[in-house]
Amino acid sequence: MNDSKSLHSRIAKTVRDIPRSGIRDFFEIVSSREGVISLGIGEPDFVTPWHIREAASLALDRGVTSYTSNLGLLSLRRGISKYIEKKTGIYYNPEDEVLVTVGVSEGLDLAIRALIEPGDEVLYHEPSYVSYNPLIELAYGVAVAVETKKENDFRLTRAELEEQVTPKTKVLLLNYPNNPTGAALTKEDVEEIAAFAIERDLIVFTDEIYDELTYDREHFSIISVPGMKERTIYLHGFSKAWAMTGFRMGFTCAPPELTEAMMKIHQYSMLCAPVLSQEASIEALKHADEDIAYMKGEYKKRRNFIHSSLEEMGIPCIKPEGAFYAFADISKFGMTAKEFSLKLLDEQNVACVPGTAFGACGEGFIRCSYATGLEEIKEAMIRIARFIESL
Amino acid sequence: MNELLNLLKQNALETPENLAKLLGLSVDEVKQKIADYEKDGVIRAYQAVVNEEKLDASLVTTVIEVKVTPEIEGGFDRIADRISRFPEVESVYLMSGGFDLLLFIKGRTMHDAFRFVSETLATMPGVISTATHFMMKAYKQNGIVMHTGDDDERLKVSP
Repeated sequence: MNDSKSLHSRIAKTVRDIPRSGIRDFFEIVSSREGVISLGIGEPDFVTPWHIREAASLALDRGVTSYTSNLGLLSLRRGISKYIEKKTGIYYNPEDEVLVTVGVSEGLDLAIRALIEPGDEVLYHEPSYVSYNPLIELAYGVAVAVETKKENDFRLTRAELEEQVTPKTKVLLLNYPNNPTGAALTKEDVEEIAAFAIERDLIVFTDEIYDELTYDREHFSIISVPGMKERTIYLHGFSKAWAMTGFRMGFTCAPPELTEAMMKIHQYSMLCAPVLSQEASIEALKHADEDIAYMKGEYKKRRNFIHSSLEEMGIPCIKPEGAFYAFADISKFGMTAKEFSLKLLDEQNVACVPGTAFGACGEGFIRCSYATGLEEIKEAMIRIARFIESL
Repeated sequence: MNELLNLLKQNALETPENLAKLLGLSVDEVKQKIADYEKDGVIRAYQAVVNEEKLDASLVTTVIEVKVTPEIEGGFDRIADRISRFPEVESVYLMSGGFDLLLFIKGRTMHDAFRFVSETLATMPGVISTATHFMMKAYKQNGIVMHTGDDDERLKVSP
């Protein structure tokens, strides 16, 4: 079987039907150029704090190189439980309600595969992180996008959910603070959505990976609403707040039945998360407050800078309340998001991701990440201003 | 610590316009605060952090531990002040532990440092003893890592 066409036909239909990620296409174009300032990077520009890196190398020196329990090291799960209780007031038993995963990506995949049967509908809001739709489709679920709108600052509303919910809806997937819009929810927003989930008897998956990066008020988690812990899989990880993307460390907190169901898949597909990353994460939790406060302070200044610079040059942009993205409205320039991004890259060597990479309703927007050094952001803003002058 | 001061410590040449954007203040507020800091002596000076190694004729930095006899009136202040006035003395600190004053001095050659120690410092009334160290290499100075050219190893675009 050397014929590539017939090989293609042997690939599972579900996989064939998944389109290539818009980000990957764009990445290839950007990679082929020199001198690009990239505002297209969805990970912190900080290096993991030194004490965490040292803990990882110390563990390696000690010869810690084995498998761990499927759920993850108990001491790490205890640390996670404490950390979550401190910020949400909700206790998860480290023995059977916490599962250490390989990034939030795996956690979400487990949650979806553990709960979704063919035809079950999953409500998720768009613009959204790129993996939600494909992961649902891969599990033979039906991904139902709920469009969030700029006039609501990209906050999900109950009315929008009511329009899309059906008797087949099983799960509501949330991601606030949001990638790519930078939107965050208020306590009232969260309570309204929680009431909807309870009334409709939905399971909620909440990806709160960016919760520590909420700039103007305290983040409020949906698990803190009474009656929600019982129906929620809470997803979190170390990538963003501790700048540990490459360690690939995430975790889920969920009632024992759901944790056990996810664990079944995890033990056969992944066995356990890498032990060195788990050791590093134990250390990360020990000094969580100091590490996070520093990085959050830096992001906040850049957030202020990028937002006022964009507004100043006449590109409307909601003030990002969380994560490290500004979702700028470029619709008035009469180009699609992709055309705008390519022309900006071509003429000024600045890379921003077209909003359409995050769903069709991202048309007219570009995502500018401010997880990049201040000097580069400054230069990028000068170049973007020059670019729109020339239009 | 104050955010504005932190930003200026990282880059004293940052424009008031950019500082205002970063901190969510007006340009006038930023200018006023800086003027106040300067007036109150909170900001004492603006200096460049120089990587001496890159210069053809780099200066030699000498670190000197000094034991002194505190005076009945004025304690260490008077002698520390006297030492501070020498132009080759870059920094003077009062320390706890095995000695009293820690000096950083700059000179063209080791001989300059030697002359300062033997002729000026050691003979000064109140100075009991000195221990001199030559600085070999600066890895980090005033919070700035001296080597340059760290590459960003992240992917250029990621989700």
